[in-house]
Amino acid sequence: MAHKSDLIATDIQAYLKSHEHKSLLRFITCGSVDDGKSTLIGRLLYESKMIFEDQLSTLEADSKKVGTQGGELDFALLVDGLAAEREQGITIDVAYRFFSTDRRKFIVADTPGHEQYTRNMVTGASTADVAVILIDARKGVLTQTRRHSYIVSLIGIKHVVLAINKMDLVGYSQQIFDTIVTEYREFASQIGLENIVPVPLSALRGDNMLERSSATPWYQGPTLMEYLESVEIEDDLQHRPFRLPVQWVNRPNQDFRGFAGTIASGVIRKGDTIRALPSGRTSKVARIVTHNGDLEQAVAGQSITLTLTDEVDISRGDVIAAAASPPAVADQFQATIIWMHEEAMLPGRPYLIKLGSRTVTGSITAPKYKVNVNTLEHLAAKQLELNEIGVCNLSLDRAVAFDPYTDNRETGGFILIDKISNDTVGAGLLSFALRRAENIHWQALDVNKHARAGLKGQRACVLWFTGLSGAGKSTIANLVEKRLHSLGRHTYTLDGDNVRHGLNKDLGFTDADRVENIRRVAEVSKLMVDAGLIVLVSFISPFRSERRLARELMQPGEFLEVFVDTPLEEAEKRDPKGLYKKARRGELQNFTGIDSPYEAPEKPEIHLRTALSSPEAAAEDIMNKLRDAGMLYPADELSGL
Amino acid sequence: MTRLTHLQRLEAESIHILREVVAECERPVMLYSIGKDSAVMLHLAMKAFYPAKPPFPLLHVDTTWKFRDMIAFRDKMAQELGLQLLVHINQDGLDRGIGPFTHGSAVHTDVMKTQGLKQALDKYGFDAAFGGARRDEEKSRAKERVFSFRSAQHRWDPKRQRPELWSQYNARKNKGESLRVFPLSNWTELDIWQYIYLENIPIVPLYFAAMRPVVRRDGTLIMVDDDRMPLKPGERPEMRSVRFRTLGCYPLTGAIESEAATLPAIIQEMLLTTSSERQGRVIDHDSAASMEKKKQEGYF
Repeated sequence: MAHKSDLIATDIQAYLKSHEHKSLLRFITCGSVDDGKSTLIGRLLYESKMIFEDQLSTLEADSKKVGTQGGELDFALLVDGLAAEREQGITIDVAYRFFSTDRRKFIVADTPGHEQYTRNMVTGASTADVAVILIDARKGVLTQTRRHSYIVSLIGIKHVVLAINKMDLVGYSQQIFDTIVTEYREFASQIGLENIVPVPLSALRGDNMLERSSATPWYQGPTLMEYLESVEIEDDLQHRPFRLPVQWVNRPNQDFRGFAGTIASGVIRKGDTIRALPSGRTSKVARIVTHNGDLEQAVAGQSITLTLTDEVDISRGDVIAAAASPPAVADQFQATIIWMHEEAMLPGRPYLIKLGSRTVTGSITAPKYKVNVNTLEHLAAKQLELNEIGVCNLSLDRAVAFDPYTDNRETGGFILIDKISNDTVGAGLLSFALRRAENIHWQALDVNKHARAGLKGQRACVLWFTGLSGAGKSTIANLVEKRLHSLGRHTYTLDGDNVRHGLNKDLGFTDADRVENIRRVAEVSKLMVDAGLIVLVSFISPFRSERRLARELMQPGEFLEVFVDTPLEEAEKRDPKGLYKKARRGELQNFTGIDSPYEAPEKPEIHLRTALSSPEAAAEDIMNKLRDAGMLYPADELSGL
Repeated sequence: MTRLTHLQRLEAESIHILREVVAECERPVMLYSIGKDSAVMLHLAMKAFYPAKPPFPLLHVDTTWKFRDMIAFRDKMAQELGLQLLVHINQDGLDRGIGPFTHGSAVHTDVMKTQGLKQALDKYGFDAAFGGARRDEEKSRAKERVFSFRSAQHRWDPKRQRPELWSQYNARKNKGESLRVFPLSNWTELDIWQYIYLENIPIVPLYFAAMRPVVRRDGTLIMVDDDRMPLKPGERPEMRSVRFRTLGCYPLTGAIESEAATLPAIIQEMLLTTSSERQGRVIDHDSAASMEKKKQEGYF
């Protein structure tokens, strides 16, 4: 790994000393294999002497075997990673490459340019300071160039190199170069990209990569490497207000309570006044503790541990901020969402949202619009599919401290996690808080749920019947309601079919509509429980996530999930409404159990196996459960309430 | 304005990763392989949780073929730092007499290392394991996430990896599933050596050149570390000044001839050298995509 400096051989100590001050630059390369992206990265690695001889001999052998350069060194082979990709000749994921010069260490996020891989590009861009956007000089500004540039701007990369590659194939024409630059600048200004440095290149021949090419005497700007080595990443994060998302509370003994985390922005000094959020409590910094001794001050990017002069209750997920300019706290936002999963984003479904070190539950409204990443047009949308970007409202189950993403990536960017699979399904950029949370106060009424239920001599709850069509949900629910009624209880049944005739008649049977269907019914049930009723909900409700949503709307103990467990064959045999036959004939789409999944409950409060008992016995079973749970105690016991 | 150097940034990122795992996982463990990368990782862990000790044990999967100096160093470090050290040996492999000389490197590594590791993780029920792998080591590593999700069977599925944005890591998993976490993902070999030099981190003496008994076999210098090494006809150990760029099982680790007996001399030699550190590892030569395949099977 022959670094160029002569100091290595002559004075290694001096060399090491000088290298202690190297900085770090992260950049992303955008473009497709056709633009010569892998060749460009391969050459940077090669020219900075990060290729060893054994790797070089492998490269030579591979170049002859599968290379595309007629037996000459094919640098692209250096960076094509996984075996499957080597065979297919494409890059399918984000790969990170490393090289260093005497001035800087570089981390390159190498991401593919194909449209279906927006996910990977967003991922690679999220940590980059600079974007290198490749253009094939023969082709000029393409749709994919616009797409890449839009994502670069969206993710907040401030510095762009417009690498106009394959200049050798257009005779190093200044005119072609200028035309492309003019066209690109016009487009870039529309999306707010400002610091653009165009460089005429041939990654294959090495023109203007490290050294100025004699083939482009008309070009006066920096070579690619000169630019990368010298670009000032204005560290404006240090000039922003102090933010420390608390990662971990360090409590080795009674006398020490430290708050550990990585500083997201600003500077902190001993004695500074801080405010903890969301609690709002203030205190002063007592110590900045590190293994190498206490620090007088620490800056954005450092991982530190703070102790405070007062006993303030702070835990993981809180934010310690400059007392004078704390972040806002809110639970409803407008956000840009980038969807990253094969399973579409469903409005209303609860997801985990991880922002800073805080994880909360939240849901997303239907998109206000989605963005066509090729044309930047705003399009109407009901949901977001893989690789789609949309603007939505976000509602969290508790208030969090945040900054707008454009101010701070770390305190304004979040990931979305599916509650069942635990996959990371999307990413989001917070724009601003919606004031709704603060403006609409829930009216605290003196006549409350307990008072209303007490008047009826009962405790309010929801019996949520779930199961396949034809399982017997409505039959059993009807029997239970009759029994409750005869005992003088106040009830109401929400039945899937009936609700679809009124409240939900605008909804169909796609996954998105099913989620919305359940969300509305869950909200109606909540109001009815608040009215003191025993509510019987009889809905197929096939998805675990939505049943969980309904459960989480209620108080603990109020939600009783009743799994009406009938095997598909049995339900299909009964087929009381002839629906299975229709579905089998293909006349009904998205029918649960046939071409739409049913996710059985994992821990229902009541599990009824209808193959083993009659509807009457099942109803009796439920009544017993209600009695055991104290839901049916006699009216006189309630007089004290 | 304070400018952070590349090593300060790498250090901060690694500490962030270490803390995140401790905050989100129930039973983390640190895979301690005794090499230079492990040394740096352990040093970072001491920093991340200071003044507390790292709240997890160290685990060494001992193939019983490690250099003796490594084992001595391992025990000394654990004792000096006051950390819990778990040593696991695949007893089944031991009973079957699996070894590199008798079974070859592929079988030996699979049984004693990969299977041994899985046994240990299952035995203690660890849900997250730190490893010292770096992305610059090898092509398939370049694409691995920092938080690498493994199925209940410890398998790595390159297509099911979770996107990692900003410094947001998703550590959630279902019962039985686990994470392999790589705090040194973004470090290079040069970074590691510079950091060891700057922070004065203790490393196994085998990294420094000394006179050692070696034989040349298939072009590789193998050190005769104990009497279990069968000598072929005509082979005779000779004393040479050698050192090691990576450490593993001694029969599978090639030495290089060197006079570099100090850290600056090692770094100097590395910067002037022309072959990559993995060249000394017999394991990579087995097949072209060997590392990728091993990883899918549960190797670190």
